[in-house]
Amino acid sequence: MKVDRDQVVAMIKEMAAVVAQNKEYLTDLDSAIGDGDHGINMDRGLRKVLEKLPPVADKDIGTIFKNVGMGLISAVGGAAGPLYGTFFLQFGKIAAGKEELTTSDIGAMLAAGLEGIKQRGKAVVGEKTMVDALEPAVEAFAAAADAGKELLACFQAAVAAAEAGKKATIPLVAKKGRAHYLGERSIGHQDPGATSSELLLRAMLKVLES
Amino acid sequence: MVGIVIISHSLKAAEGIKEIAQQMGREVPIVAVGGTTDGDLGTEPLAIKEAIERVGEVDGVLLLVDLGSAVMNTQMAVEMLEDELQRRVVLCNAPILEGAVVAAVESAMGHTLDQVRRAAEGAAQMEKLL
Repeated sequence: MKVDRDQVVAMIKEMAAVVAQNKEYLTDLDSAIGDGDHGINMDRGLRKVLEKLPPVADKDIGTIFKNVGMGLISAVGGAAGPLYGTFFLQFGKIAAGKEELTTSDIGAMLAAGLEGIKQRGKAVVGEKTMVDALEPAVEAFAAAADAGKELLACFQAAVAAAEAGKKATIPLVAKKGRAHYLGERSIGHQDPGATSSELLLRAMLKVLES
Repeated sequence: MVGIVIISHSLKAAEGIKEIAQQMGREVPIVAVGGTTDGDLGTEPLAIKEAIERVGEVDGVLLLVDLGSAVMNTQMAVEMLEDELQRRVVLCNAPILEGAVVAAVESAMGHTLDQVRRAAEGAAQMEKLL
């Protein structure tokens, strides 16, 4: 199984749709421990991405993902902009010049994206950030791929791990971002960044499953 | 002379801080930037990059930021600058208001970018309740 350009375009549209549907939910999570704008910011960023999509929708997959990254960087307005922007710019680098993606391409894209986020945000697992969902997801994808699983099964394993990682942020004390100011008061709340990470991966998976 | 860019989640806050700092050095180029394109609170790398470029002909540009994502978005803006300008730009670890005031004074005195940066960062230890 490979992923072609049309599926990539469908993934981007699905990500935008899922974020729009969950705008209030993400903002509510962020209101509890942050500045209450994560849903609004992500929605604004992905609407910008959709606006900029048509002129590049027939280009190579690397260009399409680079465009997603630049759209998020330019329009999100919060820390999620440079973080997810870097994530998708890294996708774009690995996918540069490609018309379709193999399981190993996608594994490499996820790994490079995660590394970009960790460098940009200087976060590690356990600090109540998007890394808590993304790192287990990247590891689960790699483990499934190493075991010879098909792309779909690898991606399903990644999303299951992201969901578990997201839930595991609930008892954590925030060490990064605005939630950091709250210290122990951040305990008991699910991290909005880990939540949006899981939603984005799940949106991509939905296209693979259809 | 060293130019200053004030970067806040709120354009109003950035402009207010610029006004206060400008009193201490009327000739110092100071640019305020903040908020999102559609007027919400936040910071955007492209807007910050343009603000740095707007400072004009100076020996260096000191960047002052408020909170959280302003740091990351500013770092990204700096990475996007032309190499020649990028070498003359520094993000400093100073309180945004006190740092801007001290930086304006130092810049007006004709100090170097590094001197201005160190003085601004020293503002974190400034005793307010004398």
